Amino acid sequence: MDEPLLFELSSPGRTGFSLPACDVPKTPLPEGRVRDDLSLPEVSERDLIKHFTRLSQLNFSVDTGFYPLGSCTMKYNPKVNEEMARLPGFAHIHPYQDEGLVQGALRLMYELQEYLAEIAGLPAVSLQPAAGAHGELTGMLMVRAYHQNRHDRERRVVLVPDSAHGTNPATAAMCGYRVMTIPSDGRGNIDADILRDRADESVAALMLTNPNTLGLFEERILEVAEIIHGLGALIYCDGANMNALLGIAKPGELGMDILHYNLHKTFATPHGGGGPGAGATAVREDLAPFLPLPLVARRETSEGTRYYLDYDRPLSIGKVGSFYGNFGVMVKAYAYIRSLGGDGLREVSEDAVLNANYLLSGLKGYYYLPYDRPCLHECVFSGRWQKEIGVRTLDIAKRLIDFGFHPPTIYFPLIVEEALMIEPTETESLETLEGFLAAMKEIAREAREEPDTLRSAPHKMPLSRLDEVTAARRPNLRWKGGFDKGGSFLLKFS
Amino acid sequence: MSYLPHTDSDRKRMLEAIGVDSIDRLLEVVPEESRYPSLDLPPALSEMEVVRFLRGLAEENADLDHHPCFLGAGAYRHFIPAVVDHVLRRGEFYTAYTPYQPEASQGTLTAIYEYQSMICDLTGMDVTNASLYDGASAVAEAALMAARITRREELVVARNVHPAYRQVLSTYTQGLGLPIREVGYDHQGRMDLASVRESLSSDSACLIVQHPNFFGCLEDLSAASELAHRVGALLVACVDPIALGLFRPPGEEGADLVVGEAQALGNPLSFGGPYLGFLACGQEYMRQLPGRLVGMTTDTQGRRGFVLTLQTREQHIRREKATSNICSNEALVALAATVYLAAMGKQGLRQVAELCFHKAHYAARQIEGLPGFSLPFGEFFKEFVVKTPLSPREVNGKLWERGIVGGYDLGRDYPELADGLLFCVTEMNPKEEIDALVRALEEVR
Repeated sequence: MDEPLLFELSSPGRTGFSLPACDVPKTPLPEGRVRDDLSLPEVSERDLIKHFTRLSQLNFSVDTGFYPLGSCTMKYNPKVNEEMARLPGFAHIHPYQDEGLVQGALRLMYELQEYLAEIAGLPAVSLQPAAGAHGELTGMLMVRAYHQNRHDRERRVVLVPDSAHGTNPATAAMCGYRVMTIPSDGRGNIDADILRDRADESVAALMLTNPNTLGLFEERILEVAEIIHGLGALIYCDGANMNALLGIAKPGELGMDILHYNLHKTFATPHGGGGPGAGATAVREDLAPFLPLPLVARRETSEGTRYYLDYDRPLSIGKVGSFYGNFGVMVKAYAYIRSLGGDGLREVSEDAVLNANYLLSGLKGYYYLPYDRPCLHECVFSGRWQKEIGVRTLDIAKRLIDFGFHPPTIYFPLIVEEALMIEPTETESLETLEGFLAAMKEIAREAREEPDTLRSAPHKMPLSRLDEVTAARRPNLRWKGGFDKGGSFLLKFS
Repeated sequence: MSYLPHTDSDRKRMLEAIGVDSIDRLLEVVPEESRYPSLDLPPALSEMEVVRFLRGLAEENADLDHHPCFLGAGAYRHFIPAVVDHVLRRGEFYTAYTPYQPEASQGTLTAIYEYQSMICDLTGMDVTNASLYDGASAVAEAALMAARITRREELVVARNVHPAYRQVLSTYTQGLGLPIREVGYDHQGRMDLASVRESLSSDSACLIVQHPNFFGCLEDLSAASELAHRVGALLVACVDPIALGLFRPPGEEGADLVVGEAQALGNPLSFGGPYLGFLACGQEYMRQLPGRLVGMTTDTQGRRGFVLTLQTREQHIRREKATSNICSNEALVALAATVYLAAMGKQGLRQVAELCFHKAHYAARQIEGLPGFSLPFGEFFKEFVVKTPLSPREVNGKLWERGIVGGYDLGRDYPELADGLLFCVTEMNPKEEIDALVRALEEVR
């Protein structure tokens, strides 16, 4: 990688901006408050564009290739949605403008709430959470508010299956709960027998992902719901994997009480290199009073339908974000749902399931499959056979990069040794899937016949494997000019 | 429009390979009575129809490209150079995921490292995380972090911190039961130092102050840090990054944790999101930071590269013992801030801040000269409180009759300021707009 940092491109006095002259009389700057130095880089516009364009070329992305990162739903992001979010009437409105001046935005939010409620089979929705984990926080604070409102204060435990995303236990802890882990059974479900045995009335909620992180639908879900509800507890459903269920099943009809969506997964809004997401959260009727402030509501007036922000909700847990959530992301998700309609969404999930099962059947025999049954939107293999001959899942992942594919999620879920979690999504063609299968089979061959090729992969990238141990032991988290380790690289570019 | 590539013959071939005769067979695991529910959603639209419909919705909103605007209150209209969106539109950036595989993600990782470096420069701190959701969640995360560091529970927060940030703070801390004490403001609109002194004790984890505060006034961070440190509490300073182009960095004034909302750095208003929370701290607290961090390292051949680092703080490794549950953050918004700061650079950011300062002060002087209007508070940056002769609601209504989007009605959050409007003036308001505002105010009286 030979791209210098902005700080190395900087030269005193160089500029890349133009601003109008000050057209009002100046006011003396307050004494003793003005800073002496601001060490931001000084670059020209031309160098800036070259720099960021070259950086972009060092990234894998959905637009440039297959990105089967399990649990992340890296589907194609429709371009028209990007254009819609940039319309001045959406991008250039202030959150505190009078409601009468933002009726179009409020209507969009109201209708998105309704659509997401319909898809979940849960009648009330807040769009405020900014990401999946933020939706979890919102949901679990609602669990707490629900029990408190019933004067049921002794519930201190949240149950989490051992296959859960790390955000689940982390969220429960942030909400003041003690986490109890429930193991999975031999078919990859949460073990309902152990659950029945261990759960008691100290339980506030079970956090369940369905389909779970093995890509498997919970076979005993109705029984699990019965156990939990029988104890007066609630079920929080992590909706990270909703791409499997659109029009296939409504979580609300399966006994789920709260569900967060990841609009940036299921509803095709881009991931942006790690965000922004949006974590809309849906709940059953009797939990609606606890949803964050405000909700978007509608009333009929003599002048027609009016949309407004409803703050008159005394049982609400309060605000979870500065304003109303990631509106720009909502516009994209709304456009996506309107483009597909109900039948289109069902086809999305069907093809997502088809693609994952196609990869599952294609890789069987080449990689160890710990739970051999049809999957939903993703499949989880294990690199255990390869590990026995001295090749790790990490090596397989790095070698895939050489074949032009982003690696699957690896080493997760934690209950699968050397896990490879593959989510193709519905937007990938048969040809792409076949190319991926061919690469995975070739890698399985290489593991047996030329393991060093894998251990030293990737070979075709600007950089080889990076030293993460030193990065953590001697953290260099910012540029400090010429006197630190970073500075010594200056020489290379001069 | 469905974005699905498969033809029916593709599907048939795939089903044959799998060994089932229909997709339904793969879904038999779903309880039959719940399988294939009806979905009552509007019918699918073509791309042309979607565009027409959404354009219609967008046009129902009064967009600020067409109206002078003096609203701020935590969401700011600043100039965005064209290069920012040009970079954001690169699919290689916006359609990538969190950079878990560094060899395939050096673009995002390098940009985040540059972002971290520039936020550290702006704030005068050692370490910044890769982003949080927004200013409010950054305040809340900083408070939780301070409680972990000090092993204390009580949070002291100034009442002139953004009302929404205080509300989110109270939401975030309700599960852990951390008590919150609010301290009032003085006749200059600044936190009341005497009350701060009284409220802080050996139970206090932190003092949270905003600078400039919600009223736009400049605070005395040095005095605040001295009071906090005297009882072993941390000072959390919530700042406006545009103001840092002009004013001394909070790191120099004794702040321990510096947070804020960085939407103003190259991002549109977008009706309140997506925005960008940042959280910076000193080296000594690095391992208590929530969220992602990017660090510099080398590859096996000694070449420089970047990786996600210190991940043992994070939920995917530490689960219930993590420093936060945050996973997805606001990476693309942080990229916009990076490009913005690079484009403006050392001189540009200073100029933006000075333009805001001079224009806001010009506007304030003009308004103060109007009979019936007064400026109750002291030194400010780009926002100021105006006491109005009519109710703020009426004033804003009359301004809108003239096509002007007025200020923030402070009565919403401060009953004692029921006649107060918070105006914001930035480099986006030419003198004619300010003069038009002043004329309009003169007429509404």
